[in-house]
Amino acid sequence: MIRLRLKRRMHTPQGQEWIDVDLNIDRGEFVALFGKSAAGKTTLLRMLAGLTRPQEGYIEVDGEIWFDSRRKIDLPVQQRRTGFVFQDDGLFPHMTVRRNLEYACGDKADHDMIYEWTAVMGLKGMEDRKPSQLSGGQKRRVALARALLSKPKMMLLDEPLSGLDLHARLDVQDEIIKAWRKTGITTILVSHDLSEVFKMSQKIFVIEQGRITASGSPQDVFINRELSGKFRFTGQIIDIQRDGVVNILTLCVGNHLTKVVAGDEEISGLAVGSRVIVAAKAFNPLILKV
Amino acid sequence: MHYDLQPLLLTFQLALVVTAILFVIGIPLAYWIAFSPNRFRYIVETLVSMPLVLPPTVVGFYLLVAFSPQYFLGHFLQSAFGLRVVFSFTGLVIASLLFSLPFMVNPIKAGFQNFPSALIESSYCLGKGPWETLYRVILPNIRPALLTGVVMAFAHTIGEFGVVLMIGGNIPGQTRLASIAIYNEVEALNYGTAGMYALVLVMISFVVLFLFYYLNRRTLKIF
Repeated sequence: MIRLRLKRRMHTPQGQEWIDVDLNIDRGEFVALFGKSAAGKTTLLRMLAGLTRPQEGYIEVDGEIWFDSRRKIDLPVQQRRTGFVFQDDGLFPHMTVRRNLEYACGDKADHDMIYEWTAVMGLKGMEDRKPSQLSGGQKRRVALARALLSKPKMMLLDEPLSGLDLHARLDVQDEIIKAWRKTGITTILVSHDLSEVFKMSQKIFVIEQGRITASGSPQDVFINRELSGKFRFTGQIIDIQRDGVVNILTLCVGNHLTKVVAGDEEISGLAVGSRVIVAAKAFNPLILKV
Repeated sequence: MHYDLQPLLLTFQLALVVTAILFVIGIPLAYWIAFSPNRFRYIVETLVSMPLVLPPTVVGFYLLVAFSPQYFLGHFLQSAFGLRVVFSFTGLVIASLLFSLPFMVNPIKAGFQNFPSALIESSYCLGKGPWETLYRVILPNIRPALLTGVVMAFAHTIGEFGVVLMIGGNIPGQTRLASIAIYNEVEALNYGTAGMYALVLVMISFVVLFLFYYLNRRTLKIF
């Protein structure tokens, strides 16, 4: 169980804001912190890891106090043991993949574990390459394996999929889920990508301007319960084009593009970039094997 | 035309000793300036860079006064340890250390400051302390900056004139460096000998800098 109640001033493009959060995460849960950039997601993750110091509050992990401003407790980063995966992977450029993984193991490199994780992450045959010789997706998988090898108490993933192309994204998403299933380790994912958060996490905290504005399962948070549609997806508008008397919306749903026809009334208040729900009632979708 | 190798050998001996000592003290000093949250680091940073703007004679003058046996520090060193700093090789080393300090510290400091913080933080999150992170992660990655510091400090010590003349004087075999020997020979109108020393210094400086740029390109290629 992770309990945190934290306050910290942060500088955003809109000026100074306060991060002020209070949340609990169960052991073994896969949680996402979802929100726009500069909402405070990364700062929250960094405070948990001990890389950024909160001004006020406390952090308790499995009964152990990591931070308490009143009792002046502040456990150093090294002792918190969080498997932090940075946005730009954080691999050591002068070390090969194997050396990077060994670095995480401490004094005695556990070669069986290294072998196992290189296999699980699909990194076999790349052990002797330097990070500069790897693709974006491969680098993230090495970073993931390295964080796991340090036997962390929790995994903290700071936008681990940013900057990857679609194929690599899906690939790394699967590896993250695989690693979580295999280890059962509490995982906190920071992301501003709706489909990613929806697909991967069990619980979502929506963060806006430093505050948690919604939390719950992905369904609870993103899908309007009043709707009785049988078939529904959330997506983002990529393009709006007028064609005669109707409008054709191009939507990105999950990782697919789809076109939907909409009337003028329906699109009022919508613009490119708006998040929408596509739902159909009394509708019999065809299922075809692929 | 008469010349001997003594001043050249002394020059390189001095440059080697000074570069080695500066390398050892330059890394922790640069690290502290680059990463310490302490406000005094700006004062230290300024002091380290002072020799870049001061005339060498000013530094030499203060050192001469400080280490002169007539004054406290010089007197103390001589009476307690029998150490005479002025007009000795030790004096040359101390003066050159101070005067070449920014040439060693500044490139290494820049290397530390430009080093991606995510790599340092990754290492901390993997349970490694600052020491282990320094020698296993940071130093291997800033080799070009280390090389720059070493070459600049070495080359600068070879080329020093004013400060070493002030504190070391011109004693053959003890403090007469190549740069001072040139001045000496010119004053005595021995242009041939002065030209010989000068040519050797030019050639060696060229070779050192050439090797530096060549190696630096190669080192960078590793990544």
